[in-house]
Amino acid sequence: MQSNYDALIIGGGLHGLSSALHLARAGLKPVVLEKDYPGRHASGVNAGGVRRLGRHKAEIPLSVAAMKLWREIGELTGEDCGFTPCGQVKVAETETEMAGQRARVESLVAQGHGHEELIDAKELRSLVPTIAPHCLGAIVCRDDGAADPFRTAMAFARAARAQGASIQDGARVQSIERRDGLWRAATAQGRFAAPILINCAGAWGGEIAARLGEPVPMRTQAPMLMITERLAPFLEPVLGAAGRALSFKQFSNGTLMIGGGHLGRAEPARNATHLDFAALSRSAQSVLALFPALRGLRVVRAWAGIEGVMPDGIPVIGPSETREGVFHVFGFCAHGFQLGPITGQIVAAWAQKKPMNLPIAPFRIGRFA
Amino acid sequence: MSDPVPLIVIGAGPAGLCAAAEATAAGVETLLLDEQTAPGGQIYRAIGRASPERQAILGSDYGRGARLLEVLDSGCLDYRPSASVWQVTPEREVYFTIAGQAQSLRAERIVLASGAMERPMPFPGWTLPGVMGAGAAQTLLKSSGLLPGGGAVLAGSGPLLFLVASQILDAGGRIAALVETTPRGNSMRAMPYLPAMLRMPSYLTKGAVLLARLRRAKAPHFKGAHNLSAQGGKRIEFLRFTAGGRDHDVPCSLLLLHQGVVSNVQITRALGLAHDWKPLPRAWQPRLDPWGGSALEGIAMAGDGGGIFGARAAELQGRLAGLDAAYRLGKLTQAARDAKARSVQRALAAERAARPFLDRLYQPAAEFLNPADETLVCRCEEVTAGQIRGFVKLGCLGPNQAKSFGRAGMGPCQGRVCGLCVSEIIARARGADVQDVGYFRIRPPIKPVTLAELAAMACAGPNDAK
Ligand SMILES: Cc1cc2nc3c(=O)[nH]c(=O)nc-3n(C[C@H](O)[C@H](O)[C@H](O)COP(=O)(O)OP(=O)(O)OC[C@H]3O[C@@H](n4cnc5c(N)ncnc54)[C@H](O)[C@@H]3O)c2cc1C
Repeated sequence: MQSNYDALIIGGGLHGLSSALHLARAGLKPVVLEKDYPGRHASGVNAGGVRRLGRHKAEIPLSVAAMKLWREIGELTGEDCGFTPCGQVKVAETETEMAGQRARVESLVAQGHGHEELIDAKELRSLVPTIAPHCLGAIVCRDDGAADPFRTAMAFARAARAQGASIQDGARVQSIERRDGLWRAATAQGRFAAPILINCAGAWGGEIAARLGEPVPMRTQAPMLMITERLAPFLEPVLGAAGRALSFKQFSNGTLMIGGGHLGRAEPARNATHLDFAALSRSAQSVLALFPALRGLRVVRAWAGIEGVMPDGIPVIGPSETREGVFHVFGFCAHGFQLGPITGQIVAAWAQKKPMNLPIAPFRIGRFA
Repeated sequence: MSDPVPLIVIGAGPAGLCAAAEATAAGVETLLLDEQTAPGGQIYRAIGRASPERQAILGSDYGRGARLLEVLDSGCLDYRPSASVWQVTPEREVYFTIAGQAQSLRAERIVLASGAMERPMPFPGWTLPGVMGAGAAQTLLKSSGLLPGGGAVLAGSGPLLFLVASQILDAGGRIAALVETTPRGNSMRAMPYLPAMLRMPSYLTKGAVLLARLRRAKAPHFKGAHNLSAQGGKRIEFLRFTAGGRDHDVPCSLLLLHQGVVSNVQITRALGLAHDWKPLPRAWQPRLDPWGGSALEGIAMAGDGGGIFGARAAELQGRLAGLDAAYRLGKLTQAARDAKARSVQRALAAERAARPFLDRLYQPAAEFLNPADETLVCRCEEVTAGQIRGFVKLGCLGPNQAKSFGRAGMGPCQGRVCGLCVSEIIARARGADVQDVGYFRIRPPIKPVTLAELAAMACAGPNDAK
């Protein structure tokens, strides 16, 4: 089957779906080719953190632009995606950490970014009353927040379809070639062709890039999350720590989510992840160091998602430097959820040859050569 | 991590005890873990501690259990009760907690003998306080000698229903009514399989004795009951149903439900093993070889966890898995394993011959497999059958997406209670096969573990991202 589309998008994660939505809104007809189902991987199983706090300098402009879209996510997707601007807090436990945080906030302010704010122990305790007494202060981003990842992916998928995008489940892209000015993909659901190709294949994005003759030094990782049983509400913002791999959040139903970068083992070829309980044990230690009262709380479920990680900790976003009509959006290094709404806009601008008003040069694929 | 244990057996019911018995007899150092305080499993629970009167009450089956406990005297066996196993990995690490202390051990081989669970019986009102699984009531009766207070109404189908009823009577309890929900057509469908069953006379005599016992007690006995609903405000007040062309309201303060047992697949699912949907008992079964071996090297399953064939069959499967483990660990030659296995395999084939009849006879009625819209299916997250059908309309293809659509299966039991039902409802609503609709991906831990237990377990060096 040879369909006529304006763009082939490999991958139905948030970046692929956002690309589809923004392209369709611009009047183009994209097709998302997803080997499993939309939101099956990192985009549907992540921690849902919508944070600018602590971003790499290169990511800040994108993250700030994405945040504007999150605030009106209902207008973009037709539903609220479970987004709540509950704030994000990053705790400092030592004088050294506090000094580091102060320096970061000062340098951000000097560059004109006011979203990160330093608070002292007293204000920290008013935000998080049950935090351990040794905590000295924190950086806060008051209108950062969190959303429901799978709902978000579904909302983007629905909105994209409503605007005329096509989304193919179970359509693993097996081969890609360029012929007669078109990119042609052979998938389990048939063949598709379009003048442009968007690589949004997440942890598999490196593989696609390599097939296009642009190998990148991407590794795959499996960040893990745990969920506890319910307990009475005690924590409003999403909480992280300067000196620990920790991200900690209480849902409105009372359950706690514990994450922050403890890694299991990823087997992307089999869609499989394996948990590392020694690492989850350290994750539990971090939680208890900050909230000793939670000792008896039961963990009911743990899982990991598969994510692509680049050596410099920031994703690949930009046109191919070797092939015509290809744009890469992958390797989000375990913090790409928040950027989802904006990358689609970047893709749509490129596809329409409009000026790019966000600085994406730091993310070029050629930077590793 | 220290040297691996040659064999870890998980579960000290008939299958696990027999696996341990064969392995230790061949000289295999074996660690036997079980979450109960005493060995015996569900059927022989706390058998070693039962007083003579209780043994009498609980029937002749229990004498049999006592013999299974002889393995506990083996010098090769390390038996640890009260051990809650909360994770088994494909690399054969076993994580468990004893007295608040979490630990992990590696094994060269593992025999999972973690057994069955009652098939939940969802219908409108089944989550009201005062309604419970008959198996749970039986467990109370066995381990603590406690009797459910007042008169109990028993509803459902399957042989255990009669067993619980007769045990309640023996222990001096009162049965307000026995409400059988076995669909009328079942016995016709089962009849062609009766001859095979007749070769196993123990089933029939047992069944007949139980029925006679109930008749003597003059408990009202309804057959072919349907349209069940448990009615009441804060707790159950009466059971409503249709039987013999009439509507009935039977008042009760305790309603015990039972519609057979099914393999508890949480552990084999968490291991990522392939499972087949068996349309006849309407349940999942992990894919195993004749020795109980799975696709994962060194991990075998024996007993009810691999399909329901009865307690005797579980013993026999345990023996086969134990013999095979001994062979693979170099403690038996292949010829010795095969020679010892021969009579076990014959007996097992005979036990299995009864199943086609029993599975057909006790196949649950459709209203408890694919319940009415208002029925709560996922108790933990309070999701109804109607809501799940609604998710399908919105594009939900299977149980894992049902989690995201509306949290079905995301509570502390991880879908253990609602899993079968959620798959069936989605399959019916989609017009698809249950096999294709699939089952919840089970995330570790398979049993909740506290943060303190987890934190105290730390080992290995950090390899975490920042
Ligand atoms: C546990 C965890 C917690 C996280 N927490 C946060 C957080 O709090 N905040 C945050 O901002 N980010 C977080 N992240 C990161 C975030 O989830 C990811 O960066 C983001 O979802 C990546 O989206 P994606 O679309 O690039 O990838 P994915 O969602 O993985 O999508 C890629 C898709 O491509 C498909 N695909 C691959 N190859 C092919 C092929 N050949 N043919 C067809 N389809 C193909 C895959 O099946 C997949 O569905 C977390 C990640 C994890 C794993």
